[in-house]
Amino acid sequence: MVNKSRSSRLDFINGDEAVAYGAKLCRPQVIAVYPITPQTIVVERLAEFVANGLMNCEYVYVESEHSAMCAAMGASLVGARAFTATSSQGLAYMHEMLHYVSGSRFPIVMMNANRTLAAPWNIFGDQRDSLAQRDTGWIQVYVENGQEALDMIIQAYALAENDRVYTPVMVNLDGFVNTHTFELVEIPDQHDVDEFLPPFRSKNAIDFTNPRSFCITAATEWNTEFRYQQQEAMNNAKKVIGEVDKKFGDQFGRYYGGLVEEYRCAGAEVVLVGMGSVVGTSRIVVDRLRDLGVEVGLVKLRFYRPFPVEYFKSLSTRVKAIGVIDRDLSFGYEGAVASDVKSALCSTEVVPKVINFIAGIAGRDITKENIEEMYNRLFNLIKGGDEKELQFIGLRWES
Amino acid sequence: MAKPKIVKFQYPQSLQEMPLGPSAAAGLLTEPNAGWRIQRPIIDHAKCSKCLLCWVLCPEGVIDKENEELEIDMNYCKGCGLCAHECPKVSITMVGEGEADGQ
Repeated sequence: MVNKSRSSRLDFINGDEAVAYGAKLCRPQVIAVYPITPQTIVVERLAEFVANGLMNCEYVYVESEHSAMCAAMGASLVGARAFTATSSQGLAYMHEMLHYVSGSRFPIVMMNANRTLAAPWNIFGDQRDSLAQRDTGWIQVYVENGQEALDMIIQAYALAENDRVYTPVMVNLDGFVNTHTFELVEIPDQHDVDEFLPPFRSKNAIDFTNPRSFCITAATEWNTEFRYQQQEAMNNAKKVIGEVDKKFGDQFGRYYGGLVEEYRCAGAEVVLVGMGSVVGTSRIVVDRLRDLGVEVGLVKLRFYRPFPVEYFKSLSTRVKAIGVIDRDLSFGYEGAVASDVKSALCSTEVVPKVINFIAGIAGRDITKENIEEMYNRLFNLIKGGDEKELQFIGLRWES
Repeated sequence: MAKPKIVKFQYPQSLQEMPLGPSAAAGLLTEPNAGWRIQRPIIDHAKCSKCLLCWVLCPEGVIDKENEELEIDMNYCKGCGLCAHECPKVSITMVGEGEADGQ
């Protein structure tokens, strides 16, 4: 670990503020945002930075999230580094533009505060909003705490703007649990970030000496080739994510491990897979169970797209059962993450048993007891016990 | 006629030649666009006073005044007949496509 940081400072801030500091350090030239709980603090802090002259940035007040993404796209089209942030209903509202931005290959970075979708109306956290954007062509990363949130905003630009990627990145924080929880966060020095992330020189921008038409029709005969390019970019991103993480870690001393991070998986009989804030709680449970000699492990799924299919294939020979925690549900089937994990496993020689735990819906706590219960059920399963493939955690009544 | 020429569009020959996202060189005319024209304007140059009212009014901008006589770019004229309707000298006649005196 080589920490070359000059004058980073520690501050006691919440996740939204960490995102705002992360964005500020990336020197976006255009910010177009519309406030929505629990993302609002990001908008407020960035507005303060701009108003106080701490950022040299065009701050666009838009009338909706759809317009926010349109404005960000226009900014990227003229070669500017663009930032936006949203949540839940707002993310759903800009859905159409997510496709436009990724298909037109504009490397915009967006923070999303994971919050459930109405109805029933609720402002608290689950991941149904962003998981429903699976096929929009955006890279999606889920962070565990405020520090990772700040660091991933910086890494997101390095990833999105990489020549082999040119794909927008969505950085997801669990609503309230991440966005509103105060933690000590190290805020890097501006010079260090400048060194890590040079100014954006777009290769997909308007150039008056070489005029081009953008976002044009690609007829039936040509559309597939553009989609293939997007898939290639996502495949490239799998490598670039690791490279960016290495470079970031070498400079700032914090490594996150790429598409996934394994926590105490060596010799584990059963593992849980989780995304976002639940990983932090799960680490404590794993530590406690390991201290008692129980062979459990934890897989922190960081990137949902591109999905680490190769990793899960390799996991198949190492564990007997996998529990997937989904803070979402695809009604009529199961959790979205579980479906992907299972489809990665299905072509392996030995397919571990999988239980999908639906938990943490609309901000319901996923407690340490809940997580321990999940591990117990996985052990019951591998001992031949009867366990349903899909289980609701903390459900009041079951039919 | 001082009109942009139709250029043959060079389609990508490999993945490497594909643009980054759907974009292409701007301002290229790659094919004629007059297929739905059912009547074409014919100018009687003996009557034409070169007042250029048609040149001003043509919604498609296909009337060219660079040479001695006005010329109409039939690759892009849609046959709307506005020029014939407005000509003060009644020097423009709309003639059915395929009829004998079509030029």
